[in-house]
Amino acid sequence: MEREKVIVELKNVNKVYGGSNHVVRDLNLEVYEGEFLTLLGSSGCGKTTTLRMIAGFEEPTGGTITVEGESVSEKEPFERDVNTVFQSYALFPHMTVFDNVAYGLRMKKTAKGEIKERVMHMLELVQLGGFERRYPSQLSGGQKQRVAIARALINRPKVLLLDEPLGALDLKLRKQMQMELKRLQRKLNITFIYVTHDQEEALTMSDRIAIMNEGVLEQVGTPTEIYEAPATRFVATFIGETNLFEGCVKETSAHHVSVVVESGELRCRAQGFEKGEMVAISVRPERMKYSAEPVEGYSVRARVKETVYVGSVLKAIVVLPNGNEIKIERLAGQKLPPDGEVYIYWDNGDGKLLHLMDQVFYRTIESVKLA
Amino acid sequence: MKRNTRAAAGRGVGILYCTLIYLFLFLPITVVVSNSFNASTSKPYLTWKGFTLAWYGRIFENGPLLESFGNTILLAVISTLLATVVGTLAAVGMYRYKFRGKSAIDALLYIPVVIPEIVLGISLLTLFANVRIQRGMISLILAHTTFSIPYVIFNVRARLDGYDSSIEEASMDLGAGRLQTFLHITLPVLAPGIGGGALLAFTLSLDDVIVSYFTNGQTMTFPLKVWASIKSGVAPDVNALSTLILLGTIALVVLTQSGIVKKKRG
Ligand SMILES: Nc1ncnc2c1ncn2[C@@H]1O[C@H](COP(=O)(O)OP(=O)(O)OP(=O)(O)O)[C@@H](O)[C@H]1O
Ligand SMILES: [Mg+2]
Repeated sequence: MEREKVIVELKNVNKVYGGSNHVVRDLNLEVYEGEFLTLLGSSGCGKTTTLRMIAGFEEPTGGTITVEGESVSEKEPFERDVNTVFQSYALFPHMTVFDNVAYGLRMKKTAKGEIKERVMHMLELVQLGGFERRYPSQLSGGQKQRVAIARALINRPKVLLLDEPLGALDLKLRKQMQMELKRLQRKLNITFIYVTHDQEEALTMSDRIAIMNEGVLEQVGTPTEIYEAPATRFVATFIGETNLFEGCVKETSAHHVSVVVESGELRCRAQGFEKGEMVAISVRPERMKYSAEPVEGYSVRARVKETVYVGSVLKAIVVLPNGNEIKIERLAGQKLPPDGEVYIYWDNGDGKLLHLMDQVFYRTIESVKLA
Repeated sequence: MKRNTRAAAGRGVGILYCTLIYLFLFLPITVVVSNSFNASTSKPYLTWKGFTLAWYGRIFENGPLLESFGNTILLAVISTLLATVVGTLAAVGMYRYKFRGKSAIDALLYIPVVIPEIVLGISLLTLFANVRIQRGMISLILAHTTFSIPYVIFNVRARLDGYDSSIEEASMDLGAGRLQTFLHITLPVLAPGIGGGALLAFTLSLDDVIVSYFTNGQTMTFPLKVWASIKSGVAPDVNALSTLILLGTIALVVLTQSGIVKKKRG
């Protein structure tokens, strides 16, 4: 896929509410034309705020936002070529479905005939043909959602912002709407900036995911990159299941980094770490291995507590000397070595080594400054 | 068996109770209406002398009565318009902006409502005298607007309680400017509250005696006219006009009710 062209760019964007509530910190993000980018993060991390700054409902305290290379800081929401699907739908209660969808066109003084044609076409697209004379109060949640999407798409925006658009729907409808949204995005080839705190939703729908934590952008990457190569401890624990080991770098070599943890030594393939540095290792359950014999560089002993089949997956739990439990997963049919006293290890490339200090430092300094 | 009789007795008492309440509520109105058809021509016009429509014709010969009625309508319409515009803007402003001392200002709104009307009347009279506003239609309009505004604010605010301001953002997001958003979104959604407030203001102005009494100068309104005529017993043509006003009010209520119902059904 060629998606080199940057359509939305955030440069050092900051947002401070009421002088001291620092909600978004030094956010740098490039969104490519035609991509499905998801802002993912736990509640209150600043996703909505970021989206509202792009839409123009909130002014950044610092930094610039550009859309198609042009700064939008001087532009009112109604002058920006982006449209929003609100979490609460925000349908106009006193207008029919048709009038809701037609609103954007009417504001642009589009000719009557064209309005009719385009609205009907859009309603077909979101599978709401025949609903045009209903009022929002006569629609189900999923139908309201579709109206909100149709209404936001009618002006053919370059970028569509969606703030947890499926948040209020039940699981089944959610899954169905996820597919539909993805289909719509591909078909119309519009850039989607999508906010959610549901990691599964983010992983299945997105071209790229931007993970936020307490106002800081922790990592941007494809779902695979995020999952396979988390850049920070937060990302590693936030996306999917993982096993974390904290320790201190003992020595570095061209091939690997040795880390001393509480109950022994472990190693990873990594670069850019210094001797004595505090680090964390993240290993996905399906990458964990153990064997009865010691493996070179790995000296952490453990005891296999249990192995169970959960449908198509075989799960094992091994216990470290300090009592921590390590999760291990295999697809059913694959084998695990026999139980008993074992050594845990992994292929050098499968353990992701993460700096621990930077961010702690960063936040400490930041909070000292604010205090 | 016993239970059935008790239930029947209970229902009987209930019906009696309701009948009494409705009698209590509607008897005075019935007296006015029936007297407007009473052919009696001697004071105090209370003994029934047969049916006539003559009083309705007499309304149109009674110049001062007609004039006072015209004044009342003019006063009600203008003060309602003013109070509705001012009250609506105030309610929206107080909903949208947070400022220091907002709760105090909120609480102050109740004062004109709970204050005895006679105090309000004296205050307005003193004020108008001090700032040299001629007492007459202008002072009446100012006075009626004053006591109507809080009612409009309360009504619009009640509507704003369930109001999701993100629809305004959605409107701007779709290319509408601030004014367009106010006209196409805010106003229509608040319309029932605004309408209710206006109706309340209108009826309050229509039958006000006390405040008008202090501020009217030479201008007579219909309620003042009725008030003045009481000493000599309410004249039957006043009853006739009252009956017509009653009809008008009922029509207004029916119209707005059915209008709202229709809106809801879409
Ligand atoms: N208008 C505001 N004034 C002050 N603080 C605000 C305002 N809006 C948001 N905040 C604060 O900013 C922080 C981030 O809010 P935001 O709505 O961006 O979170 P979010 O990531 O969208 O969370 P959620 O997933 O719960 O929607 C929160 O702590 C919130 O309390
Ligand atoms: Mg949010």
